[in-house]
Amino acid sequence: MLILDDKKVRFLEILANRIRQDIIRMLVQAGSGHSAGSLGMADIFTAFYFHILNHNARKPHWPDRDRLILSNGHICPVLYATLAHAGYFSIDELKTLRKLNSRLQGHPHRKVLPGLETTSGPLGSGLSQAIGMALAARLDNKKYRIYCLTSDGEHQEGNHWEAVMFAGKNRLSNLTALVDRNNIQIDGYTEGVMPLEPLKEKYEAFNWHVIEIDGHNFEHIVDAVAEAKAIHEKPTMIIAHTIPGKGVSFMESDYKWHGIPPNQSQAKMALKELEIIGRKIHGGI
Amino acid sequence: MLNPNAKLNQDLFDESKLKMTATRDGFGEGLVLAGEENENVVALSADLTESTRVEAFAKKFPERFFEVGVAEQNLATIAAGLGVSGKIPFIASYATFSPGRNWEQIRTTIAYNDSNVKIVGAHAGVSVGPDGATHQAIEDISTMRVMANMKVIVPCDAIEAKKATLAAAKIWGPVYIRLGREKSPVFTTDETPFTPGKVEVLWSPSSGSGRLLKPQVLIIGCGQLLYNALIAARDLEKEKIGVIVLNSHTIKPLDEKKIIELARKTGAVVTVEEHQVLGGLGGAVAEILAKNAPCPMEFIGMQDVFGESGPASELVEKYGMGILNIKTAVKKVLRRKR
Ligand SMILES: Cc1ncc(C[n+]2csc(CCOP(=O)(O)OP(=O)(O)O)c2C)c(N)n1
Ligand SMILES: [Mg+2]
Repeated sequence: MLILDDKKVRFLEILANRIRQDIIRMLVQAGSGHSAGSLGMADIFTAFYFHILNHNARKPHWPDRDRLILSNGHICPVLYATLAHAGYFSIDELKTLRKLNSRLQGHPHRKVLPGLETTSGPLGSGLSQAIGMALAARLDNKKYRIYCLTSDGEHQEGNHWEAVMFAGKNRLSNLTALVDRNNIQIDGYTEGVMPLEPLKEKYEAFNWHVIEIDGHNFEHIVDAVAEAKAIHEKPTMIIAHTIPGKGVSFMESDYKWHGIPPNQSQAKMALKELEIIGRKIHGGI
Repeated sequence: MLNPNAKLNQDLFDESKLKMTATRDGFGEGLVLAGEENENVVALSADLTESTRVEAFAKKFPERFFEVGVAEQNLATIAAGLGVSGKIPFIASYATFSPGRNWEQIRTTIAYNDSNVKIVGAHAGVSVGPDGATHQAIEDISTMRVMANMKVIVPCDAIEAKKATLAAAKIWGPVYIRLGREKSPVFTTDETPFTPGKVEVLWSPSSGSGRLLKPQVLIIGCGQLLYNALIAARDLEKEKIGVIVLNSHTIKPLDEKKIIELARKTGAVVTVEEHQVLGGLGGAVAEILAKNAPCPMEFIGMQDVFGESGPASELVEKYGMGILNIKTAVKKVLRRKR
């Protein structure tokens, strides 16, 4: 991984801001889809695809690539927008999200779009699939790393904890997971629907290394992944505290924005806010 | 008479000479062979390594065996990750748990995701016996065959189970293999042809001595109940009723062409399976015949009920899948022919 200097941080901030704008455009075009989680994870996706991952958009099936598995498939607008910016397909294609004959399915389908490692949408199964890939890498003596992005809501799934147990027991240090700890899900705030806390202690009890970060701070994200790489006897869970809807004031931290898109006028307002943020970042250079 | 091309065990009607082996044992043997043939074959178990007969593989290839604990959803999804990473994972559990409990994970992460996973459901059918209905999978053929991109194979004896296992390792993509718990007659041989997706005629009316019997009914079966079907066919011949017994070990893709051809020839069909009559082999056959060669049909299987505890053979009788039931069904379907 390259050094993250101020210039690179600025570059990532600008990109994440553009990705957020694309997410708004995609969602309003589609007329349905998940706003809050997508916007909240834009910084993390940007950090992975533009700084952390060893990957090549022109060779999406390159066997030695790092794998990024999105377990909570409903936030695929952020994955699609990031993949497009990273060169896996054209940014123009983003407007086909959820449309007939599109490769950008409402939930990601590995078979149709380059850059996807799994098909997802049904929650709680991503970490296990990442484990399967980590086991395969271990069997083949491969050095690539496996990153699995999960949501906090899906931590209520039994399948997820089966995976947590397995990775801890098998000391899968080539596996790094991250949870979007945004405290929202469909029916309300996660701690009200079904509390997860103390989450850090839960993972530690399952023999994982745990790092808590601010999921909007690029230094935090990059440092956490570097630390995870240095831990050789355990898998690592990065608990990333994020603000759902980040960047759009009227969406931020409101669980009602989990699964709806902005309408035309809301989209206009959202884009205006994001453009102002973008100009501020530019001004800072 | 037995179809000579099927190269069945010639002593199969002599109970004193018949070998009894469970299909799960044939799978266990086949899995080791598949592991020897291809180092990418791996196996996963959910705390049922011995009874699903994965144990021999686990001992021989410890580094290619993964114990996931009592966690069937994890079993399927870890395998899904391995299957898209160049490995050929076999996952084994009891069919009620896998593909029962983890149906959605199989659908999304294996079938739709097109991961090269082989799902092995042991302890299928009421012949599981004393463990009772909770452990007797009678819905798994239906629930697996309705999934796009999934192949379904039900071996009739231990030798066929071994062949099916080896074949599954070579077929690209998701395959479901259904196994039984109890020892059952080994009536095929190593020479019996086995091609996934192709039916095999096991019995057809005698042509040699005296009058030629016309084939009047087509019996299509899968799994160990085919042995009952063969005995029924022999008995019926003594009553001058000519039948064809077809082994349709592959329920998906079904050998539509051959089944339609033989159904046209006989004009009546009886299906035989140790499974719900809803949606299993019988359902699959009815779907294609309704479209191509409608004819009277009778369905031997579980009649929309759950099983119970008891000895395997008595359960098969109690729930209407015995030899007499098959003969009765053949006569009934004959009467329904116009
Ligand atoms: C197995 C499964 N059950 C239910 C759902 C429906 N569902 C989609 S998103 C979601 C909420 C999950 O919370 P989280 O992922 O934290 O949502 P976010 O933070 O993105 O708003 C639910 C219940 C699903 N996709 N999969
Ligand atoms: Mg959430």
